[in-house]
Amino acid sequence: MNITSGLKLGSALAIASLTLSACASSDPLNTPAGNASGETIVVGSANFPENVILGEVYAQALEQAGFKIERKLNIGAREVLFDQIKNCTLNVVPEYNQALLAFVSPETKAKGTTEVDEALAKVLPEDLKVLKSSAAQDNNAVVVTADTAAKNNIKTLDDLAGKAPEWTFGGPTEWESRPDGYLGLQNNYGLNFKEYKVLDYSGPITISALDKGDIQAGLLFSTTPQIKSSGYVVLEDPKDSLGVNNITPLLCAKAVPDKARSILDSISSSLSTEELTAMNASYVLDKEDAADVAATWLKDQDIK
Amino acid sequence: MNPFELVSGWFQDPANWSGATGIPSRIAEHLQYSLLAMLIAALIAIPFGLVLGHLNRGEIVVLTIANSIRALPTLGLLTLLVILAGIGLLPPLIALIVLAIPPMLVNTFEGIRNVDRFTVDAARGIGLRGPSILWSVEAPVALPLILLGARLAAIQVISAATIAAYVGLGGLGRYIFDGLGRRDFSQVIGGSVLVALLAIATELFFVTLGAAVVSKGVTRRSKKIFTATGLGIIPGVRRKATT
Repeated sequence: MNITSGLKLGSALAIASLTLSACASSDPLNTPAGNASGETIVVGSANFPENVILGEVYAQALEQAGFKIERKLNIGAREVLFDQIKNCTLNVVPEYNQALLAFVSPETKAKGTTEVDEALAKVLPEDLKVLKSSAAQDNNAVVVTADTAAKNNIKTLDDLAGKAPEWTFGGPTEWESRPDGYLGLQNNYGLNFKEYKVLDYSGPITISALDKGDIQAGLLFSTTPQIKSSGYVVLEDPKDSLGVNNITPLLCAKAVPDKARSILDSISSSLSTEELTAMNASYVLDKEDAADVAATWLKDQDIK
Repeated sequence: MNPFELVSGWFQDPANWSGATGIPSRIAEHLQYSLLAMLIAALIAIPFGLVLGHLNRGEIVVLTIANSIRALPTLGLLTLLVILAGIGLLPPLIALIVLAIPPMLVNTFEGIRNVDRFTVDAARGIGLRGPSILWSVEAPVALPLILLGARLAAIQVISAATIAAYVGLGGLGRYIFDGLGRRDFSQVIGGSVLVALLAIATELFFVTLGAAVVSKGVTRRSKKIFTATGLGIIPGVRRKATT
């Protein structure tokens, strides 16, 4: 009796102390702001697969170059990340240039990689900096199933106009009112769907809704691996309503030394859209670990 | 602008009070999902709890099942169901039913099982048999606990019914998910306040219901026992004998 209660108490204490120490070492609120010592670079990422993989790529490449890295991956949406990098709790995050610009200055008219990057450099707060954009793109893509495309002979967003009033569109809530989102589809292509169904951002719910026919057209990231594996048709955008999003590192400038910047630049110039999509597929479809996916890609690159 | 001004501004905007996206219709949708889930969950959980409690069987099965499904993360279950069944009312409804079953099942089961054995023996002594004992003796005595189970379930369902919005349906969760997505925090807080008010209203409803339907004999006696033992005077049963 005494032994068992002693054991119970002992294990309870052990668990409590483990939990406490785990909390103490990983408490995100305890991280000192800034990186004045220049020792550790904190790499963060948003909470969707591609961004986590890119965060891993950044972290591993910087580690290989001898930097001390702390990973804070899979955190949340831009709404959460942006303030963290502004006060330098995070030092580097993989970003998307046009979406970031639309976040910082919603009324922007800039279109295309060069124009967007120039506009970004002007509107970002003083401490923040974006590096060169990669050629790799992850765009917003309006997709329909192969079946829907074939039956209705749909290739471009223009072709949707006749069908839209009978169809339901699925996308995330914030996309409905964006000028480069659903609002743009209405203004540029005159698409007025029967309903805009609020679903997730290029996640399992949108994909399931497409497959089950609950929605006829939906928004996916163009690098979503299911586009290929499920044979969805990405509709062409001849009026350039959706724009392009290049992978672009966002930095808290004072925390990232020049050598680290040149490594991130080197990653951006090596990365292609196809490789990005392939990495997403390894992670989402083949269920590989993000760290392994990143390491596999980095092995074949000449990053310096 | 402080959060209070932000939210009171949201509540005062007449545009938020009318139409299909207005507060009244969102509340109606929210209650509709919640009621439907509660009704189905009650039809599953309470009969099982009554019968198993009466037979005093299956303690391990009931408690294990109830506790395991209680541990299921609702949002994860919902996503899984959507992948299997597509969007629509069914996935969030099932997720809410799963949430509501454990408290009702466990409380009904324990309530019936713990009815004083002397009372049940007395009922048997005057000639009552199984089903009538359950209906006319055990169920009325256990009613406060059964209602407590329903109340706990209802509060959970009301607050969790916000997840319907996660898969494209309406309800008060619409304000929370849309507000978060669009960085309109007045909407988020407004929606949350409405959910909290609805939960409090539910609580009041069950308190009133309990006062109305629980037998006077059950409440009066349990109150006496409670106060007497609580004050450390004498155990309830003996007190009755002495008076």
